[in-house]
Amino acid sequence: MALTFIYPEYEVIRNSERCITCRVCERQCANEAHEFLAGIDKMVCDDSKCVNCHRCVSLCPTHALKITKSGNTYKQNSNWGGKYIDEIYKQAESGGVLLSGMGNPENYPVYFDKILLNASQVTNPPIDPLREPMETKISLGAKPQNIKRDKDGKLINNLPPRLSLSMPLMFSAMSYGSISYNAHECLARAAKELGILYNTGEGGLHNDFYQYGDNTIVQVASGRFGVHPDYLNTGAAIEIKMGQGAKPGIGGHLPGAKIVGDISRTRMIPEGSDAISPAPHHDIYSIEDLRQLVYSLKEVTNYQKPVIVKIAAVHNVTAIASGIARSGADIIAIDGFRGGTGAAPTRIRDHVGIPIELALASVDQRLREEGIRENVSIVVGGSIRQSADIVKAIALGADCVYIATAALMALGCHLCRSCYTGKCNWGIATQMPELKKRLNPDIGYQRLVNLINAWRHEIKEMMGGMGINSIESLKGNRLMLRGIGLNEKELSILGIRHAGE
Amino acid sequence: MKRVYVNEKWCLGCRLCEYYCAFQETKESDMARALKGIKINPRINIEEKNGISFAVSCRHCEDALCVKGCITGALSKKEEVILIDKERCVSCYTCILSCPYGAISPSQDGAIKKCELCTDSASGIPACVKGCPNNAIVFEERLG
Repeated sequence: MALTFIYPEYEVIRNSERCITCRVCERQCANEAHEFLAGIDKMVCDDSKCVNCHRCVSLCPTHALKITKSGNTYKQNSNWGGKYIDEIYKQAESGGVLLSGMGNPENYPVYFDKILLNASQVTNPPIDPLREPMETKISLGAKPQNIKRDKDGKLINNLPPRLSLSMPLMFSAMSYGSISYNAHECLARAAKELGILYNTGEGGLHNDFYQYGDNTIVQVASGRFGVHPDYLNTGAAIEIKMGQGAKPGIGGHLPGAKIVGDISRTRMIPEGSDAISPAPHHDIYSIEDLRQLVYSLKEVTNYQKPVIVKIAAVHNVTAIASGIARSGADIIAIDGFRGGTGAAPTRIRDHVGIPIELALASVDQRLREEGIRENVSIVVGGSIRQSADIVKAIALGADCVYIATAALMALGCHLCRSCYTGKCNWGIATQMPELKKRLNPDIGYQRLVNLINAWRHEIKEMMGGMGINSIESLKGNRLMLRGIGLNEKELSILGIRHAGE
Repeated sequence: MKRVYVNEKWCLGCRLCEYYCAFQETKESDMARALKGIKINPRINIEEKNGISFAVSCRHCEDALCVKGCITGALSKKEEVILIDKERCVSCYTCILSCPYGAISPSQDGAIKKCELCTDSASGIPACVKGCPNNAIVFEERLG
């Protein structure tokens, strides 16, 4: 189509006073937005190619570049915002479903931002984490309902297999294929150094990463890619992925173009074939079916590995979680509607699912009421953005959180939301050799370790302020939370009081 | 001795090393002011072909052909770093012809130029190493 109605979304502003025409912007832009015009010795830019990933901005040695939203406006209309108009034009040109990368960016409430933490004053004095011990270690999995003794009165160890983590945080599922080999290496090495776990996603486990098995959660999803007994037995835990926060109710599709070399081998599918993960597991249509898969996986691994069932936070999440807690699963992972993805239909990402804070509070409450909370640990994800979100999630009843978007940001991701193009300028969501080498794992893993260690310090500070010296004492401690600007219904679902109460 | 090593696996061919090298030489505080409108002549250069790229600079060879061949004694080795005495250099370019790595180049000031490991910088870390965004250029001691 010769004519496009869409004006570039961003404008690359170049300060010609500072530009020394070193051309690093041109060399580093996989979208080929920058160009050097030798005749006039000048850099120019095609704004329509810019995805606002900030690679050029970050590498420009003289800070000559910045990117702004282009000022072009349609006639003011409170109903037809510019975004809706552009989307109509895009679909009228392409005839296709709109695709998006990363999490839901729309203006829905963020409940974490409407919850405040407590601190001790006078009575129950605060604890200084620099001077006194502060425990962030946690353990995940089912807990035995009662103590059993043998005929001599000695304790029988009836503890199911559990995961031990140095802090209540794990890297959530991102497949090898959706992200690069180097990104996986960063996550695996960081998880090992930090004493936490990362997750393979549905892409299998590359041979090189079997050495990190004790820090790996291996995922089994609807496509069953890369699943075999060695894989299952190598991980510290197995995750059955039923759903994903960014796209509840739909499956996944890694285009054949990305199924090359090691990725094809690791996924155990032919090169060039599309990797299609169906929306449902075709063998799971009930909790009883789920129970069969849970026990099949336990059987393969000799009942040595905890099984996680991951679901998206949807309207009836409490009933689903209640079923999962009775299915034999050891851990429930719930992914909120802000959760990230490499690619999702925009409408699904932006309109399906519910906030993780509400899902977490209501699941925790329901499992308590039904007396089955100890059957499972709860892990929540879907936009944990900083350490205070973790503290609030734990106080709402989570045992642990999952992060992925924040982890990728530590590796360089600038949330340009173009993962699905496969041309990630930061070497994360790409398989192009010249792009994936941009992420040197020696640098990336250290940045991840730095981020998580910084969060660990902050968590200790916040716990200390509340007079709490272990994560266990914070868990489900909703008295440490107060809502701000929330209505009665929201407060009652979250199970917290309003600030001032 | 610490030397500049290059790992082509991580070299992006972004050429920032060349610009940081040229900037370091100017002793200016602001890169834009220092290099605006100037065609740089850095002591480190990126070689690239077919998607492979790496930076080349003086390796400070143990048995350095450039030092051997220098007709005026302008090139000398001091504490394992090969230095150029600009006063003595007569620009005969024998060193440029004899260097197997192409790491020596002519300059505008009547003498050849080559990497001296930023021995005169405050931090002691070569500018190309500091400026490399992907740790493709490192400054370290290696055995053998």
